[in-house]
Amino acid sequence: MLGLSAKDTGFLLFVTFLTLATPILLQPFPESSSLAQFNAGYPDLMQRFAIFGIFAIGFNILFGLTGYLSFGHAAFLGVGSYSVVWTYKLLSFNVLPGLILAIVLSGIFALFIGFVSLRRSGIYFSILTLAFAQMSYNLAYSVLTPLTNGETGLQVYGSDPQYLMGEGSPDVPNLFGLVMQDSMKVPVGDWVFTFNVGYYFTAVIAIFVFYISLRIFRSPFGLILRAIKTNRTRLNYAGINTRPYMLAAFVISGMYAGLAGGLLAAMDPLAGAERMQWTASGEVVLMTILGGAGTLMGPVLGAGFIKYFENIFSKINETVLHDWFGALPEPVRDFLIGIISPFVGDGWQLTLGLLFMLVVIFLPGGIMEGAKRIGSLFRRKPSQGGGSPAPKAPVEAAETSNQPAE
Amino acid sequence: MSDLKKGISRRQVIKTGLAGIVATGIAPTIITRAYGYTNEPTGSTVKFGFNVPQTGPYAAEGMDELRAQQLAVEHLNGEGDGGMLNTFSSKMLKGNGVLGKKVEFVTGDTQTKSDAARAAARSMIEKDGVVMINGGSSSGVAVAVQGLCQEAGIIFMAGLTHSNDTTGKDRKANGFRHFFDAYMSGAALAPVLAKAYGTDRQFYMLTADYTWGWTQADSMKTFLEAEGWNMVTDVRTPVGAGDFSSYITPVLQSGADTLILNHYGGDMINSLTQAVQFGLRDKQVNGKNFEIIVPLYSELMAEGAGENIKGVYGSMNWNWQLSDPGTQAFVKSFGEKFGAPPSNSAHTCYVQTLLYADAVERAGSFNPCAVVEALEDNTGSLEGISSASNKGFLFDGMGNGKTLYRSADHQCFKDVLVMKGKESPSNQYDVLEIVETTPVSQIYYEPDHEMFGGAEASLGTCNPGA
Repeated sequence: MLGLSAKDTGFLLFVTFLTLATPILLQPFPESSSLAQFNAGYPDLMQRFAIFGIFAIGFNILFGLTGYLSFGHAAFLGVGSYSVVWTYKLLSFNVLPGLILAIVLSGIFALFIGFVSLRRSGIYFSILTLAFAQMSYNLAYSVLTPLTNGETGLQVYGSDPQYLMGEGSPDVPNLFGLVMQDSMKVPVGDWVFTFNVGYYFTAVIAIFVFYISLRIFRSPFGLILRAIKTNRTRLNYAGINTRPYMLAAFVISGMYAGLAGGLLAAMDPLAGAERMQWTASGEVVLMTILGGAGTLMGPVLGAGFIKYFENIFSKINETVLHDWFGALPEPVRDFLIGIISPFVGDGWQLTLGLLFMLVVIFLPGGIMEGAKRIGSLFRRKPSQGGGSPAPKAPVEAAETSNQPAE
Repeated sequence: MSDLKKGISRRQVIKTGLAGIVATGIAPTIITRAYGYTNEPTGSTVKFGFNVPQTGPYAAEGMDELRAQQLAVEHLNGEGDGGMLNTFSSKMLKGNGVLGKKVEFVTGDTQTKSDAARAAARSMIEKDGVVMINGGSSSGVAVAVQGLCQEAGIIFMAGLTHSNDTTGKDRKANGFRHFFDAYMSGAALAPVLAKAYGTDRQFYMLTADYTWGWTQADSMKTFLEAEGWNMVTDVRTPVGAGDFSSYITPVLQSGADTLILNHYGGDMINSLTQAVQFGLRDKQVNGKNFEIIVPLYSELMAEGAGENIKGVYGSMNWNWQLSDPGTQAFVKSFGEKFGAPPSNSAHTCYVQTLLYADAVERAGSFNPCAVVEALEDNTGSLEGISSASNKGFLFDGMGNGKTLYRSADHQCFKDVLVMKGKESPSNQYDVLEIVETTPVSQIYYEPDHEMFGGAEASLGTCNPGA
């Protein structure tokens, strides 16, 4: 189907199912239970999962396939956001023109940065991209204030022209009248599931770009990119000029980042310069490595993992811990809270850092490698006991059943 | 086998996809029927959201705001000694929660970044279901979060935000500010400075590069030039720069005899300390002593800057040393609970929380539009100011004397304090002295003033949400 092998089609369908069912899957705990704290099925976070998933998928096309580590992808994120907010200001709150502009502009921007940076490889390439991103950040932060509104962030004012605003057009981001922030809350017993327009909009786009990335991974073009990672010199000796391929990969991943940035502004009509800061560039590197660079699903899982930590773990403060351990005797309680509190709330980055270290040391292939190892444990058992399993089917099953790790 | 599998998953996908399409298609209609307004509280509790900087250059202010908000919730729920509930001129709050519902709160970290602040606010609105967001220690953040609350349909009670834009060109119907603004600082400070330092001064400004810094620099320039002072230059510095030495070195070569630091929080502590260490205040320029001015003061900054603050002029919204009963009640309960006097950022957040609760009681509903109407009120006006815009909700007993929540732009009007670093402080909290209480008539402006967006600026209409 769609030019994919049966196995890949199954994989894509599985990912599609997971993405569409996210509002239900991320809301596992009943509202009245104390574990409701860990529910993540609210629109803002789900949108972030999808958007940063797109960002990481795009980054993985460059880093995962070619091994070129860009430390400046946040610049494209920012370009995407600013273009969308500018179309709000000039045209209307319809997100579509903005998203197209975001992809085009970030593509052009990536073409320029890539053309210069790709003259070098390895650490020099990383430093060049980092330098460009920091430069863009500083430009957005102070020099280009009329264009970016500096630290305050670019936003839409009532006095903006908005030439395409009709009489009845909504004054919030929408797709031909379908308002992004609208949601439907469905109470089922003690659970409340929130189906949000914006989330499904980003989810459909995420599935589509995931499909494109799948095609790239399986294409001859993808093969050349992998070859560049393995031995670039050898490719050059074989008479293949690798730079156009590299530049294409760089531009594609820049466009993915621009799309992600545009979607951020499509969900929330504001663009801030800090989106371009080096920490944002570093974050997508972390996501990719944590999930598993070079795997299709890994970066998405990594993105979900980090955003979950950032939004859920950071909310567990001492009051919550007191609630949890309220039943224990006081010395034990204070001891437990004393131990745990540095790792939650403000300390969520500490926990994430520790996890990151553990993953890099023990699972260099990221979450995906962990999932594979667990999968292979389960696979061997029936084959030893049962005697005659079809050798191919379990591999396929493992490939898909690895996914629900999120 | 793989065919069978594909079939099943495809059917699942189509089913889920259809559900999704149906859901998105009918979502708006369902919501408007099911809910009167965003996050209507249905149980026996109501949730407030306190969004303050817990990390970054303004973190110290944010943590103090959080303490005050916690205290406000206690007082609303009838715990503690009641604080300003006893002195507040409106007697609707009885210490039994708000409209009989117990008040709970959730907190968020703005990190002093617009993006992070909006993410924290969205999660409080969508996940925790808050009806009001209060707090913030930066105007960039306040403007961003105010816009978000307007879109989401909840009330924003601004914390410390001093930019003219918050209730100027960026004013919103769902947003309210109790804190004073840069215009008021300039109007109150300039005459005092002219009296103290003469009318012939060359001043150099270092300005935090965002909405607050811009409007603050603009206001200071306007009012000081009206006193006959002359601006040498205005240099923009990034927020959270940490090291300001490269910005301070050129000051002495510029021929300026006065340095105005439009910085706040940790930034102001660093820039003032470095300016003093560079020996600026020991210099003589143009035959006059070199002077430093910090237009917006706070107790926490004064404490942080220590010795260097002595003799430096600035302005404040409120100070714990005031002697009115409201201030005394608040300082007493804050001091007993936390062991230190409250800062003016803490005060404004405490007052805003109570004002919101009072407005809900008077409106009889948490519906944002009803609350907006109650806060606008339009029955009160300040004495001694003859202007058509002088109407709104008039209250007293909250530490600033008679205060007007003006309905035209949702800005509070009250007296402004001109402060000066104490030469001989008696303890670590006693670092500032009140030089003058500038009467509100001197700092009053019209809502269509050009520094506040001119005639174009408008509140828009209140938004109750879905």
